Amino acid sequence: MYKIVAKRELAPKIKSLEICAPEIAEKAQAGQFVILRVDEKGERIPLTLVDWNREKGTITLIFLEIGVSTEKLGMLGVNDAISNIAGPLGNPSEVKHYGSVCVIGGGVGTASAYPIIRAMKEAGNRVVAIVGARTAELLVLEDEVKQVSDELYISTDDGTKGRKGFVSDVLKMLIETGYAFNVVYAIGPSVMMRAVAETTRPFGIKTVVSLNSIMVDGMGMCGACRVTVGGQTRFACVEGPEFDAHKVDFGELLKRQMVYLSEEKIALERLRSGGCGCHE
Amino acid sequence: MLWNVCVAGDVAVMSESGSKPKIQKKSVPIPKQKPEVRKGNFNEVALGYSEAQALEEANRCLQCPKPQCVEGCPVEIEIPAFIKLMKEQNFEAAIKKIKEKNCLPAICGRVCPQEEQCQKFCVLGKAGDPVSIGRLERFLADWERLTGIGNPTKVPPTGKRVAVIGAGPAGLTAAADLTKLGHDVVVLEALHLPGGVLMYGIPEFRLPKSIVQAEADYIEKLGSEIRKDCLVGRTSTIPELLKKGFDAVFIGTGAGLPQFLGVPGENLGGIYSANEFLIRVNLMKAYAFPEYDTPLRIGKHVAVIGGGNVAMDSARSALRLGAEEVCIVYRRSRDELPARREEVENAEEEGIVCRFLATPVRFIGDDKGWVRAMECICMELGSPDESGRRRPIPAKGSEFIMNVDTVIVAIGRTPNPIIQSTTEGLAVTKWRTIVADENGKTSIEGVYAGGDIVTGEATVISAMGAGKKAAKAIHEYLTGTKSSI
Repeated sequence: MYKIVAKRELAPKIKSLEICAPEIAEKAQAGQFVILRVDEKGERIPLTLVDWNREKGTITLIFLEIGVSTEKLGMLGVNDAISNIAGPLGNPSEVKHYGSVCVIGGGVGTASAYPIIRAMKEAGNRVVAIVGARTAELLVLEDEVKQVSDELYISTDDGTKGRKGFVSDVLKMLIETGYAFNVVYAIGPSVMMRAVAETTRPFGIKTVVSLNSIMVDGMGMCGACRVTVGGQTRFACVEGPEFDAHKVDFGELLKRQMVYLSEEKIALERLRSGGCGCHE
Repeated sequence: MLWNVCVAGDVAVMSESGSKPKIQKKSVPIPKQKPEVRKGNFNEVALGYSEAQALEEANRCLQCPKPQCVEGCPVEIEIPAFIKLMKEQNFEAAIKKIKEKNCLPAICGRVCPQEEQCQKFCVLGKAGDPVSIGRLERFLADWERLTGIGNPTKVPPTGKRVAVIGAGPAGLTAAADLTKLGHDVVVLEALHLPGGVLMYGIPEFRLPKSIVQAEADYIEKLGSEIRKDCLVGRTSTIPELLKKGFDAVFIGTGAGLPQFLGVPGENLGGIYSANEFLIRVNLMKAYAFPEYDTPLRIGKHVAVIGGGNVAMDSARSALRLGAEEVCIVYRRSRDELPARREEVENAEEEGIVCRFLATPVRFIGDDKGWVRAMECICMELGSPDESGRRRPIPAKGSEFIMNVDTVIVAIGRTPNPIIQSTTEGLAVTKWRTIVADENGKTSIEGVYAGGDIVTGEATVISAMGAGKKAAKAIHEYLTGTKSSI
């Protein structure tokens, strides 16, 4: 069991949990994730490692309550425990001195981008961060990102904060005004990552995306997370989660992510109507 | 037929009187759930012998002075000895006899391919059915579980620590033996439950998960610690384990990586690896969705690609999950099916259809990315290949379309590469299996390996045999003395 030591609500339906998991904290690196099972009847779901404290032996996870597992997770409070957390999983980001780096976070993906921004900065890069959300109140970790980046740009779909539009619009503007990025990282919804990939493609800028495909074990056993990259089937959990954005078949990824949409709805309705088992 | 209801006492009387009883040629059949009933539930198909049936079957054993059956057992259970105790109705001593060599009898009694091992060598098999050794083993293990497993006696500690990686058949066996020899054993399991393939792979109706859990609990009772959520290679590495005070390491990580066909359309929705399908069903209990959170969508027309036990398990699970039609598509013919005959019979009794000599060449999806059909090609059998089975050759122009909305690809599994890629100096073959000698010794001092990670995909009992051998070798390495078990 993994005890929750701190909990914060960052935005409506976006929560942050600090959890006691010393073995994972000791090994965590930017770009890696954990597989978590909330309770004995829970699914195994992947969540990116947002932060870790090796001295305290804690890890921080940030998530949007979007399905039955994340809603259940959101119901837990300080001193509650999570049944299982395995990690750190996946390959770490390729952090090195590139020169000029742009890291983009969309929605709750900003939380996943944060450790990469920090690591890139620590590796001596000049880091430009672009973070976006649908609307101002859904922006997360703005101050944290500001502290570890050289420049921060914000966009919202509705223009309630920063530039009105998408993060990819901001990226395009920066490139066109002369920013010469050696590498661009993008983490967020698949449509957003695809838009970033299409923005950088004509300029030939190396672009990396962290894929959020459906996973079960997260250790290479099931193949649920398989994605087509450069015409080849790859497993996001053990061969990723980061891939060359220009080679990813986003169309296929988007379809594969929707496979269980109707079941998600059933499970969520059951949870919300009190059918989680706690009241039985 | 009097003999059929004889108990041990009667045997003695009859023997003393000098009239040699006639041995039944046929083994006592095991009661099973009826096909039309069992295809609608996940309960165990084979119900196990009653005490009377078990004794009747035990009494068929001739107690050969030079038993061949033992030679067929990868863990060398003293088969005639345990059957003799059984005949005497001393079930407690009989199960103890088995447990001297095999710490997972309830599992082996159910899933070992006895027809290829111990029973293959039984002399009764020459003129009738061999003794159903597996069913007797199962009876005793179940008898013990139901009457309460006693606490094993603890042995004085050697002060040596061993890390066992993977709580599957190889790892649990190695852990049990090493613990019995007095070593301090920690089993590191990546998943949230112990058992490996026994838990995530083999379905409930063939091996109830409560039994796997009970066997794992027994290993913990012996004194091993099973630590879950620990993926060696990520959470910690073998060099780190050795540095942190473990004196030896056993790798039993199995063959858990699914193989795909590599044909167009294979990433469409509704196409699962057998591993994904079975993990969702067995480990995550998707059959009880939404009580359990993990979903699994199963269509009406299911095709399972492959002909092994995993294919049979997948097909029978799909049927139980509500598929109207389940078809096994195998590229060779019935004679080459790698699955146990018993499992093929069970599957066909339940209404599963086999389509031999065919393989998919592409999958066709709808606009939502869901599989709707597959194009197959017919095969002809050529001359035998390296495996000794006749090689399938595609017949030109024989393509045909099958309408399917779910496909389960069960064409084999390969070793998980995480340990190999994070352990410097560990010798690996081109198939990514770990190089180990017959005692499990790898290229790194103090590091041993056994089971599917060394041999490639094989059986539960062969993995257990490898775990046993490695435990012996590790004991010798740690203490310089021969193992007593």
